[in-house]
Amino acid sequence: MEKYETHTHDVIVIGAGGAGLRAAIEASAQGVSVGLVCKSLLGKAHTVMAEGGVAAALGNVDSKDDWKTHFHDTMHGGKMLNNWRMAQLHAQEAPERVKELEHWGALFDRTKDGNINQRAFGGHTWKRLAHVGDRTGLEMIRTLQDRGIHTGVDVYMECTITHLLKDGDRISGAFGYWRESGRFVLFNAKSIILATGGIGKSFKVTSNSWEYTGDGHALAYEAGADLIDMEFVQFHPTGMVWPPSVKGILVTEAVRGEGGILTNKDGERFMEKYDPERMELSTRDVVARSIYTEVQEGRGSPHGGAFLDISHRGAEYVKKKLPSMYHQFMEFAEIDITKEPMEVYPTTHYVMGGVRVDPETAQSTVNGLFACGEVAGGMHGANRLGGNSLSDLLVFGKRAGAGAAEYASKIKDNELKIDDREIEGAVKEMLEPYENPQGENPYTIHQALQETMGDYIGVFRTKEKLHEGIEEIDILKQRASQLKIEGSRMFNPGWHLCKDLKSMLIVSEAIARCAHQREESRGAHSRVDFPNYNDEKWGTVNSVISKDNGDMKLSTSPLPQMPEELKRIVEGGYK
Amino acid sequence: MSVAKLRIYRGDSNGGQEVEYEVPVEEGMVVLDAIHFVQANYDGDIAVRWNCKAAKCGSCSAEINGMPKLTCKTRLDTLPLDKPITVHPVKTFPIMKDLVTDVSWNYEVRKKIPPFKYAEDTDWKMQQVDVERSQEFRKCIECFLCQDVCHILRDHNEKNEFFGPRMMIKIAELEMHPLDIEDRKPMLREAAGIGYCNITKCCTDICPEGIHITDNAIIPLKERVADTYFDPLQWIITKIKGS
Repeated sequence: MEKYETHTHDVIVIGAGGAGLRAAIEASAQGVSVGLVCKSLLGKAHTVMAEGGVAAALGNVDSKDDWKTHFHDTMHGGKMLNNWRMAQLHAQEAPERVKELEHWGALFDRTKDGNINQRAFGGHTWKRLAHVGDRTGLEMIRTLQDRGIHTGVDVYMECTITHLLKDGDRISGAFGYWRESGRFVLFNAKSIILATGGIGKSFKVTSNSWEYTGDGHALAYEAGADLIDMEFVQFHPTGMVWPPSVKGILVTEAVRGEGGILTNKDGERFMEKYDPERMELSTRDVVARSIYTEVQEGRGSPHGGAFLDISHRGAEYVKKKLPSMYHQFMEFAEIDITKEPMEVYPTTHYVMGGVRVDPETAQSTVNGLFACGEVAGGMHGANRLGGNSLSDLLVFGKRAGAGAAEYASKIKDNELKIDDREIEGAVKEMLEPYENPQGENPYTIHQALQETMGDYIGVFRTKEKLHEGIEEIDILKQRASQLKIEGSRMFNPGWHLCKDLKSMLIVSEAIARCAHQREESRGAHSRVDFPNYNDEKWGTVNSVISKDNGDMKLSTSPLPQMPEELKRIVEGGYK
Repeated sequence: MSVAKLRIYRGDSNGGQEVEYEVPVEEGMVVLDAIHFVQANYDGDIAVRWNCKAAKCGSCSAEINGMPKLTCKTRLDTLPLDKPITVHPVKTFPIMKDLVTDVSWNYEVRKKIPPFKYAEDTDWKMQQVDVERSQEFRKCIECFLCQDVCHILRDHNEKNEFFGPRMMIKIAELEMHPLDIEDRKPMLREAAGIGYCNITKCCTDICPEGIHITDNAIIPLKERVADTYFDPLQWIITKIKGS
């Protein structure tokens, strides 16, 4: 077998977006040796795309805000399917985590009295989102990046992890390849934190980057960890529609937070019909379904979307508060949003489902395997509120870092073994596409998968469609077992896609099966054949995906019971 | 539907050549779309970096018809389509493969810059007008196009002498942070080599974020260095007080 290089750390973090960076910083602060492995260059992860803000009950603008209200809003946004303890920790700790960023050099926009400014967002009772114009994610990743490189974290850039390795029932390492050379690399680790983000690249219309291929979900699944709530995929209500090349690119919710108005082709402010109280600032699931319905019923804009108008706020205000949006539309669509409305339509944005974790430590159901950020499940329930992902990754990034460091500190050096046969198997699997002259082009299958997910497992779902979707995915799985690739192993995106495709297929199957199982509508999961909540049957359980004797096993497990005092907060009105 | 001809540089550190591909043009299509079309339909192994495809991550820098640009932001309808469009890797950094270059030098330099440091008794109150100076530089998406066009790095390869415009705005961002108390002027004068910049403003012209690199960062930093090291009155004060 060919030689591969080996690195050894106490903790390996996979993924260097906000969650991975925050986890690495914390683990390092606990005094263990930390390696941070990322598919792209440092600072390019999907967190840079986050625009509107980070939700934290700082109470700088609306002084009545507190963690209880944030908790209340998050649980209602998630339609009560959230892990209550995660939602509680998140609401309680987010303000500290945001202030900490400021201590590390972040420069948020200010209120008149010099504090961190906060803006309104869908589903949040008060003005809660700390922000920097509409580039909050970039600010956060730069701040964390700066902190990370000055706190002794070793960064392994452009390195893709393909397999997790175990010693018995414990995680013992990660195996992967350098993107540049295509050569293999082994990371010995006592604990591993998955911070790989989401799954959007399984869908054709998405706001997500190429990296979002569900690697962490698939790695966890293959390692024997549970995934929960995979049917809940968030379609962000406002993606760009035109021109085709930018279809799906995010239009920040901050446009609506700053007063943007949605209308159909008849000039009707249609949110009055769907959520008269909150209107454009309803939760994302509701707004996405509303736009979808308007277009389906023939009231769409020329390119099949809704109009979103912010021009009434005046050119100066728009350019100051939404500078990226101004440039994005000017350059890609030749639309001046200070003068004319945008056209928007739902785009695949975020997966609420993910690795089942312990709220306190972020450990998965596999010993030594942790998960935080988008790859973790439970925090957001059936629908995530805007701004809660950036706070999620800070709160649970830190918790995962601490949890993984503590776990690792109890294991002696060289205590864990790497099984050579596992590595041989990984190498064999990775090199297969070079030995399949009759195989298929991975790009072709990727496109087919994206069509399938859009056609069968989109905003509105039915039993029949989901069934067909599952069958289609099955066929694609067969086709994907015989892939062909040309060229060398040096920086070869086609070869990289072969493994990413396998991850996407696992995730897609999990989404389809969970969606098929849940016979109700809740949050982002909308069943035409079961249009209402079924609290009795489905409001009390999470969907669970696990690997059982090589097959995907689907089941449910009861939601953790919420303590009485938190129930009172959730049931109480907080306005 | 019209067709664009792309001549993409294919090769590695051992050399290479342009390869021509024909791509059907869709409305609003950008150069990165065209490269993806080539990947999916002709050569799956073309190496190109990209992430967001929305000009926010700064991954997809290349030289299009000789001009350094983000491929995700360069629309085909802004280029003359009657002749082939050339796409080459950025020149200032060593090629890895095709359009991908080794930009690790930037990350090494970045590590040398002392991070944000605040005083013990900071109350964290800042006014919007005061944070805006730094915020301009914090818009940087690290596409390294400014590094690519900087004569000192591009034509003279003085990477040991000059940190380059990207790092100048990084230092400016920290120096102009309202609460920062670190002093990076010695570094600016020595290791960072600010004196090398002769203010041709190529970096400012190329910046896809429209950051006024020269006027708002480099020139004020040069003034700070000059005031500290070359102002006779300041020199005497420093001598008396000790530095």
